[in-house]
Amino acid sequence: MADGTRRAIVERLTERPQSVRDLADGLPVTRSAVSQHLKVLKDAGLVSERAEGTRRIYRLNPAAVAAMRDQLDTYWQRALAGYQKLANDPTEDDR
Amino acid sequence: MTETQAPVVRQQVVVDAPIDRAFAVFTERFGDFKPPEHNLLASPIAETVFEPRVGGHIYDRALDGSECRWARILGLEPPDRVVFSWDIGPQWQVETDPDLTSEVEVRFVPESATRTRVELEHRHLDRHGPGWQSLSEGIDDDQGWALYLDRYAALLKEGS
Repeated sequence: MADGTRRAIVERLTERPQSVRDLADGLPVTRSAVSQHLKVLKDAGLVSERAEGTRRIYRLNPAAVAAMRDQLDTYWQRALAGYQKLANDPTEDDR
Repeated sequence: MTETQAPVVRQQVVVDAPIDRAFAVFTERFGDFKPPEHNLLASPIAETVFEPRVGGHIYDRALDGSECRWARILGLEPPDRVVFSWDIGPQWQVETDPDLTSEVEVRFVPESATRTRVELEHRHLDRHGPGWQSLSEGIDDDQGWALYLDRYAALLKEGS
C-alpha cells in the first residue's frame, strides 16, 4: 500500500507541481502520510520543493531525469568508440 | 523543451570499412565493444550473443551459466539497418513489459566504397514511464521533462 501511494504521488506530480494539501485531497491518505512519502522521494533526489507563501510546493526533479538520458548518451558514446576501433582495424577482417 | 532534453539519444561515427563489414562487425562483435560495466548478472559476462534474426535476442551469458536477455531484435536489414528493443529499466534491471521499453535503430550509410557512416538513434525513452510530457506545463523554471520517475518510485519501496 505504501508503494502504491508513493506511485500515485509521483503520477500526480507529473501533472503539475502541488502542495501536500493538494496531494492529500486527491488521495485516500492523510497529509501526514503524504509528507512522509514526499520526504522519501526528496531524500532520493526525485522530488524538490520550494516555498510559495506559507505553503511548500513539490515537483518532480528534472535533474534526476536528465541524468538517465546522459547515462545512455555516455553508454552509446563508449560503445560506438569501441565499435569504430574494431571496424577500422583491417587485421580483424578474418573474424 | 530543447533538443538535448527530448526523449532520444542520437550519435554517429564514421568507420573505415565497407558497409557490409561495418554491419557485420556491429552485429557479430557487439559483445566486444559494448561497455562492460553494466552487467545485469551476478557473475562476470562470458559472452554477449546477438542473434541475427527478427524475434531473436541480444543476451549476456555469465561465467556461471546464467543468462540475461535484454534486447529483442525488431528489424534486421543487412547491410543497411538493425532495430532492437532496449528492455533495460533506469536502474539497469531487465524490463519485462514491452510497453515500458525503448528502441534503438542503427543505420549504415555508405560514404564511399571503403567508408561507412553509422547512425544510432535510441528513441522513445519516455516509454520507460508514463505521462512525462505533461510535466513542463505550468512550470516556468522547468529544466526538462521527467523520465523514468515512475520506475524510480517503484524501486523506493525498500525504504517505505
